[in-house]
Amino acid sequence: MARRNGLAVELDNLDRAILNRLQEDLPQVPDPFAKIAPELGCNPDEIVERLARLREANVVTRFGPFIDAAAMGGAFCLCAIAVPQDRFDDVAEIVNGFHQVAHNYEREHKLNMWFVLATVSLEEIDAVADRIEARTGLKVLRFPKLEEFFIGFKVAA
Amino acid sequence: MIKLDAIDEAILNATQAGLPIVRYPYAEVGRRLGLEESDVIARFQRLIADGVVRRIAVAPNHYALGMSANGMTVWDIADDAVSEIGARIGALDYVTHCYRRPRALPDWPYNLFAMVHGTTRDEVEAKRRQIASLIGPACRSSDILYSKRILKKTGVRLTGKGD
Repeated sequence: MARRNGLAVELDNLDRAILNRLQEDLPQVPDPFAKIAPELGCNPDEIVERLARLREANVVTRFGPFIDAAAMGGAFCLCAIAVPQDRFDDVAEIVNGFHQVAHNYEREHKLNMWFVLATVSLEEIDAVADRIEARTGLKVLRFPKLEEFFIGFKVAA
Repeated sequence: MIKLDAIDEAILNATQAGLPIVRYPYAEVGRRLGLEESDVIARFQRLIADGVVRRIAVAPNHYALGMSANGMTVWDIADDAVSEIGARIGALDYVTHCYRRPRALPDWPYNLFAMVHGTTRDEVEAKRRQIASLIGPACRSSDILYSKRILKKTGVRLTGKGD
């Protein structure tokens, strides 16, 4: 069962199979859904209809190409700050004000603010992190990705 | 670093919000941009081969799927074992992202990060224990950081502009 604004969205086995299959690569052929339909045991129009419904219900947030900006010279870095609780909202506003901050999460830990910097170059990562340190007076720990171990998320059947 | 031409950029910009959800999606992208379907397909194939596009796929909404507990598990693993162990953890179906990152000593001894999703914290804790047993004695210490709040979430820009 999935939820949307507190409303339950029922998923059946075919919905789950479609979600799982489409987390892998969509074939680059004129009629890609016809190519994957046999392994899902349905017809291609059914996949399109269900995918549209899953997208409409926000069970799928996006369907499309996943771009690796690093391949085009972009750089990413996970960063963390231990923010004193009484300054948390002010620091969040400063950090979020940098357009290079793509995501920012509050987490339950002494290091309670975790964000991703996305810049055009590696040099800019350090420059932006240094500016955040200067603006907040807090140390920005930097955790660039050294190695990635990837596998898609699977919906429990 | 890979150079994109204007047509590559037009295709990627036109599909950043998503590929049209229709029976012939590449033909539809071509129709919108004035390109042949075969050209759109060939360019996606090349972008994938070059690593600019990782894949064409869905991004599921963990929260909508009821997976509202999200814990970043972090592990201190000996450097000579971390790659092999990371590959095994990354292959677990409930781990969405798994990366090796540098430690930040003395504050932060962990060098392997694995994001775990579950419907409840108990479920996430059970998965964390499974990962711990998979790592075995190579794990020197570990922790878990639950997300409390999303403070910002924006798409990544294709081309950065200075501020």
